[in-house]
Parts: sequence; C-alpha cells; structure tokens
Amino acid sequence: MLKFILRRILLEALPTLLILVTVTFFLIRLAPGGPFSAEIDVPPEVKAAIEAKYRLDQSLPAQYFGYLADLTRGDFGPSFKYKDFTVNDLVNKAMPVSFRLGVTAFIIAVILGVGAGVTAALRQNTWIDYSVMGVAMIGVVLPNFVLAPVLALIFAIWLKLLPAGGWDGGRAIYMVLPVAVLCQHYISVIARITRGSMIEVLGSPFIRTARAKGLPMRYIVRRHALKPAMLPVISYLGPAFVGIITGSVVVETFFGIPGIGQLFVNGALNRDYPMVLGLTILIGTLMIVFNAIVDIVYGLIDPRIRIK
Amino acid sequence: MITPRVPLLPPLPGLDEDLGLALQGRGLWTDARRRFLRNRAAVASLFVLGLIVLLCVAGSALSPNIFDEPDFAAMHAPPSLAGQHWFGTDNLGRDLFVRTLLGGRISLMVGALGATVAVLIGTLYGATAGFVGGKTDSVMMRFLEILASFPVMFLVILLMTFFGRELWLIFVAIGAVSWLDMARIVRGQTLSLKRKEFVEVAQVCGVSSFGIIRRHIVPNALGIVAVYATLLVPSMILFESFLSYLGLGVQEPMTSWGALLEQGAKSLEAAPWELAFPAGFLVTTLFCFNFIGDGLRDALDPKDR
Repeated sequence: MLKFILRRILLEALPTLLILVTVTFFLIRLAPGGPFSAEIDVPPEVKAAIEAKYRLDQSLPAQYFGYLADLTRGDFGPSFKYKDFTVNDLVNKAMPVSFRLGVTAFIIAVILGVGAGVTAALRQNTWIDYSVMGVAMIGVVLPNFVLAPVLALIFAIWLKLLPAGGWDGGRAIYMVLPVAVLCQHYISVIARITRGSMIEVLGSPFIRTARAKGLPMRYIVRRHALKPAMLPVISYLGPAFVGIITGSVVVETFFGIPGIGQLFVNGALNRDYPMVLGLTILIGTLMIVFNAIVDIVYGLIDPRIRIK
Repeated sequence: MITPRVPLLPPLPGLDEDLGLALQGRGLWTDARRRFLRNRAAVASLFVLGLIVLLCVAGSALSPNIFDEPDFAAMHAPPSLAGQHWFGTDNLGRDLFVRTLLGGRISLMVGALGATVAVLIGTLYGATAGFVGGKTDSVMMRFLEILASFPVMFLVILLMTFFGRELWLIFVAIGAVSWLDMARIVRGQTLSLKRKEFVEVAQVCGVSSFGIIRRHIVPNALGIVAVYATLLVPSMILFESFLSYLGLGVQEPMTSWGALLEQGAKSLEAAPWELAFPAGFLVTTLFCFNFIGDGLRDALDPKDR
C-alpha cells in the first residue's frame, strides 16, 4: 500500500506539478511583447517590484529556479492591478469564500446525488425511478450559466424570496442560489452513476445470498450493497471537485461573490498576469493534489487497484 | 497427417434467388441504422438539430436586419412577430433574431471543428499507442495522464490573457485538450482488436503497421468513435460558451450563444427575452446532441450484439 501511495505521489502528482509550473514559467516569457514590457500601463512602483521579483537582471536558469523557490514558499508576487496588494493578499481574502461555497456544494451534491441514485435503483422502472432520472438528464445537460440567470429571475426578481447576488459574509440566504447552481450538475451525474452501479451490485450473487438469508432490504443496502456501489462514485469525485472549482468561476461572476473565481476572471479581463498565473498554479496544484487523494482513497477501499 | 482440403462448395446458380433466400449481408452499420431509426427520441432530436443548423446557416436571410447594425429607435425592444424584430433587440438595439443565429453559427462551428480535431488526433494517437504497445504505449499514456490532470480551463484562460482573445486560439485550445478521452477509448478498442485473426493475417501478408492501423483498426473502432464524437460536440459548445460567457471568448461585434447569454443575464430584469432565446437554442441543441449520442450508443454498442 505504501508503495502504491508513494508511486502515485512521486511518479504522477509531482512530475505533473513540475510540468505545470515550467509551462507557465515559459508562457509568460513567450507572451507577445512580454508581460513585463510597456504594453500594459503599469505604475512605476509595481514595475520596479516586478523587475526585482522576477529577477529580470539574472540569467534564465537563475530566474527559473528563483521562481520555483518562490512558489514552494507560496509567494506569487505583486498584483498588476492593485498596486498596494500582492497576489497572496488578495488570494488569502478570497480563498475562504470560495472554499465555503465549494465545500457546501460538494457535500450537498454527494448526499443528494447518492440518495437519489440509491432511491431510483431500489425502485427501478417505477415512476419514481423515471422521474429521478428525467430530472437528472436535465441536470446533466443544463449549463450553469443558463441555470444561474434563470433561477435568479424566478427566485429573486419574480418571487423576491432570495437575493439575486452579493455575499454579505456568507449569510445563509445569500448562499442558497449559488450553491444550488453549483451543485445541480453534480447531483445529477452522481445520481446517474450511483443508480447504475447500485443496480449492478444488487444483481450480484452475494446480495442474493443475503436476501435468501432473510435479511431486511434496508440492512442489505446499508451493510452490503452501498460500499461496492460507491466505488465508481468515488472515482468521479476527483473530476467533480475540479468541475466545482471551475463552475464556481461562473457562479461567482454571476452572483458577485468575492471569491477566487471572480478574482481569476477579473485578472484575465484586466490582464493582471501575476494574478492569473498565480491562481492557475494554485488551482492546478489543488486539482492535482485532490485527484491524488481520491486515487489513494480508492486504492485503500478497493484492493484490486493497488496491484497493477 | 495431412488433412484433406475440403473443396469450397460452388454456389448453386439460381437456387438462392428462387427461394428468396439470398443472404442479405447485414453489417454493423445496416443493423445500427435500423436500431437508431427505431429510437424515437434520437430521430426527433436529429430532426430538430437539422432545423437548428439550417436556421443558423441560412436563417438570417429571412430577416432584413444586420447583426451589428443598431436600431436606435428600438433598444431593448420586446419580441414581436408583427414588427421587424422577431426576437426583440439587445441593449444597443441590435436585432436578436439575427444575432442568435449568428451566435449559433459560431457555436456550432466551434463544436464541429473542435470535435473533428479531437477525433483526428485522438483516434490516431490512441490507435498508435494501442497497436505499437510496449514502451511506446506506456510513454504515450503517461504523457496523456499528465495532460489530463492539467487544469485545462484555467490554462486556456491563461493563454487568452497572454495572447489576446482570438477565435482561432479558442479552436486550438479546445481541440488540443479534448482528444484525451478519445485517445483512451480508441486505445482500449485497439488493444482488443489487435489480437484478432484478421490483423494477424494482415501482418503475415506484410502490411505495414500504419497500413493496418488505417485499414483495419480505425474502421473497426469507428462505431465507438462516432458515439463519442457526438457527445464531444456539445461539450465543445459548452466550453466555448463558458469562455464567451466570462467575456474571454468571441469578441464584439461577433457573438456566440455564450456571449449572448452573458448579455442576457445582465439585462435579465428589463428584458428577459435576451436570455430566453439564446438559452433556448443552446439548451435545445445540447439536448439533441445528447439524445443522438445515446441513440447511437444503443445502436452501435458491440456489447448489445
């Protein structure tokens, strides 16, 4: 097992991270005119800070290793747009907001998705099954940037039940719509995956044995069927996490939530290079680490994965 | 011991035709077509999608308006069948009917082109990796895994930030990242195909590796490629819409469904139709592609045969 974990981290996660960082490093230098040239109007203080920061007076290898060293210390440098702030300051303020939004959506998606999937599987080919799967089909197809304005129109403008935007320190009422938009797609996908694998598991011989022993259905589902049925769902959690981060870009932009996603889009629109660069690396690292964790957890649960 | 050769039976002239027993070759594709046509949701989707494509390509000729010409007398005008602006107008008084269709043209083009690039690269890459096998295979697959764990969406936005927001960049970016799954699927197919006798025969006959891939592997993997390609198009359209929605995709005065949605979302309260029409078109298109993809999968899935 230890070997499996080490291999996953040393041979997969770390090289990927290194490549990501290297690619981004050379991308900045490829950008037309160079991001550090006069193409963008940068206040002189920032310019001086940038030149010092990126060691523009040193050789390329020195620049590269300096950049790596900064990153391992978690230092992303100054922002182009906000001259009194470093990227770190801004990210530190935005991170908890996005984290709260994302984690809430993630938990709700898993609970509701698994619940709906199991329900549909247990009542296969009844109207309950069909309606759950019908709603899930819509949820899979509907993009969040369509759903967000539609929900805002219905619940904020017509019914006036919920605020159409804003964050207000994360008060519950401000979180309802963003979380709903963020998690709907994942509820649907998880429900579909759960239903499929649950039906498969329920048809397997060991479940038949359990039923023949006269165990109550609820007990069988909880003690025997749920764990093997969860395997495909767990392997989907990696992509789902990535998707929720990406989706929060749309959600935060639409609802005006001061999180990482909005920071990222504003950075891209303002051509705030260090901001976009830092966030790409940060988010990339998060994704790679999370995928590695999911894989390791998967290996812990399912021994077949470890022995390749 | 030498087994005597059994002479092939000569065809009996006239008999098959007389009895109406002529063996009609029922290939995978004939079968698949029959099965697909029986799937009502898929056929209806195909029809609706055809209409949308036709409308997007030729529909703007129906309207006297031009996509980037503001009508200052009618800004935020509501839709009316009797008036000049069937879908209403946007904040600058530009006709939404024409713009929705133009946006559709861009969105569908991105979808189709992106999917084509992905299919071409993915199929060749996957077939090569699977067929050659060994070290080459594991290196190629490792490379794929590294690419797949990249934060693609964010890298694309990073590219857009550095190099400006160009339409071709979107194509390249989308095409470059979307072939990964395709490559994996085709590789899996190839691995099982290459143990088949007809591939062995081709090898014995001295057909080159590339020839075998082209003549035997790719055509046999085509079914699953077709299914996957149909499902790729909507995800390409979504990707482009996502970028345009954030203001990072297509630039004014050009437009796409994503860009229209972004504007519609801004004037939601005053002019909900600005959201409704592009959203309706986009969602309908996505549904159609999904149903067609499902229909194709049911029709072509080898497991079913």
